[in-house]
Amino acid sequence: MSARTRPITTTEGTKPFSFSEAGLAECRALMARYPKDRTKSALIPILHVAQAENDGWLSVNAMDAVAHIMGLRHIEVYEVASFYSMFNLHPVGTYVLDVCRTTPCMLRGSDDLIHHLEKKLGVHAGETTKDGMFTLKAVECLGSCGSGPMLQCGAGYHEDLTIEKVDALIDELRARNSRTNYTDR
Amino acid sequence: MGRKLLFEHITKPGIRGLEGYRANGGYRSVEKALRTLSPEAVLEEVKKSGLRGRGGAGFPTGMKWSFLAKPEGVPRYLVVNADESEPGTFKDRYLMERIPHLLVEGMITSSFALGANTSYVYVRGEYFYVARILEQAIAEARAAGWLGKNILGSGFDHDIHVQVGAGAYICGEETALLESLEGKRGNPRIKPPFPAVKGLYDCPTVVNNVETIAAVVPIVNEGGEEYAKIGIGRSTGTKLISAGGNIKRPGVYEIDLGITCDEFINSDEYCGGVDGRAFKAVVPGGSSVPIVPYELFLKTPTGEDRLMTYESLSDGGFAQGTMLGSGGFYAYNDAQCIVRSTWNHARFYHHESCGQCSPCREGTGWMEKVLHRLEHGEGRMEDIELLWDIQRKIEGNTICPLGDAAAWPVASAIRHFRDEFEYHVTHREKVKDPKHFAREPFRKSAKFATA
Repeated sequence: MSARTRPITTTEGTKPFSFSEAGLAECRALMARYPKDRTKSALIPILHVAQAENDGWLSVNAMDAVAHIMGLRHIEVYEVASFYSMFNLHPVGTYVLDVCRTTPCMLRGSDDLIHHLEKKLGVHAGETTKDGMFTLKAVECLGSCGSGPMLQCGAGYHEDLTIEKVDALIDELRARNSRTNYTDR
Repeated sequence: MGRKLLFEHITKPGIRGLEGYRANGGYRSVEKALRTLSPEAVLEEVKKSGLRGRGGAGFPTGMKWSFLAKPEGVPRYLVVNADESEPGTFKDRYLMERIPHLLVEGMITSSFALGANTSYVYVRGEYFYVARILEQAIAEARAAGWLGKNILGSGFDHDIHVQVGAGAYICGEETALLESLEGKRGNPRIKPPFPAVKGLYDCPTVVNNVETIAAVVPIVNEGGEEYAKIGIGRSTGTKLISAGGNIKRPGVYEIDLGITCDEFINSDEYCGGVDGRAFKAVVPGGSSVPIVPYELFLKTPTGEDRLMTYESLSDGGFAQGTMLGSGGFYAYNDAQCIVRSTWNHARFYHHESCGQCSPCREGTGWMEKVLHRLEHGEGRMEDIELLWDIQRKIEGNTICPLGDAAAWPVASAIRHFRDEFEYHVTHREKVKDPKHFAREPFRKSAKFATA
């Protein structure tokens, strides 16, 4: 199977989902960017909105709500959500730490950074801490190759990381304890 | 020091906003094109400039534009590829973040030449904050009348929309990008038909890289011939190179095409040399281009100075050359392990393969597995031939170039560093430590005994 097809979950997160009023308005504005018969184009941006409003991941209920407002079949939404790696198909922590592991970052020490975070948080890459605070992901190139090692958390890039800097970041995030999303302004 | 065409004003205060951008001569190309030139005349300047696609393929931009079909009553689109995900490449992010109006201006001027009333810029999802910066710039341009109906009273209407992706390297391939822009999985399309005939929504479409479209601004302002005076031969103008790896001064540099590779990697104006050890290898154009030993990066096979041009970097073919690619440059010092790096590359391509074509879907995973065991001290000598065989069977046998891009780093690593692969079989215990070469740098000439 291709690494680009990941299973969705039907057993986790059965909680109902509906867009907030602001979210719905944003979805409508996104659809208006495309010709009237081509509003499916807004699917990826709208999935980002849905993920941000569903605790950082896409449950079946959230994807079905997207299908509903866009007039798409459910499968059209599932097949897209499962292709793109920024869409989380299982529940995630308050913070998702996307640590770049691709070659240019590797040359600048990303292996050490990932090992350090695994040890510090007590999880393997791909897992969430027991307290639900952090999900650690090792991801492919984030376009920050001159300032690696680095990680993305929500919309923010944290670059030129050292062990000291990443420790301080973890402490700061833990103290703040409020969810970050890619869509944050 | 060469002339800066794209970055001349990048450090000026307020350059990110419309006011600061205008104060430094911004939007002159729109005024010149819409007030004094025909669309055909703009195309002519781009042709004369010799500009080649800056995303990696290096296809002549003027020629690409001239292929655009123009059937009556069918809309045409310009789509800007800001998916920038070729490992090593971060130049477009830098440009869009620091001087977003340069891209907006380039899109308006280019769309005028192409007769496109709507254009889209597809930004990789991880660059969400960059998409916000672009949206802000577009809103400013719209409010000031640079976008909208009847721009500058010329009768030309244009609007720009930003779309974000969601994490998929393959969407940098132009037809996969169009699929994604239509709200689908990023599976590349079979060509022909090419996007110039059937692109976005089945309409004629030009897809260009961010830097390519930004370069249209100085080309229209100063004329294609002026632009073509910079550079050597068919490598004209300036190129953004994003430099990383084990160098002293990582960053994005605008170079005149034609400076020597030695100057680029060793002078303090650019990379500033190695970070305290010795250089071992270079990947000059993003992870997809062949890796070359440092010595071969500096000199062509005939012993001449290698230059930062499309032609000079590929001098020697795949046996002894490489490619300028996207300008995603990274250098290795002698603490680095080529097998580990090749495994890392292979894992990347396996992760990013869309899964449509079996040679790529299965072959990338197979290469990753074999490289993993070599790097972790479990390899066999015949694995090296096996890897060679797999990459040969991927190359050229897939719908899109991702297959080739996955094959080339493996082929070039074996070609130039075969003894290091063999060392991994003969010194299994030593190579289990990923930092082994930091203590005992691998020397090509060393006669290694079986461990």
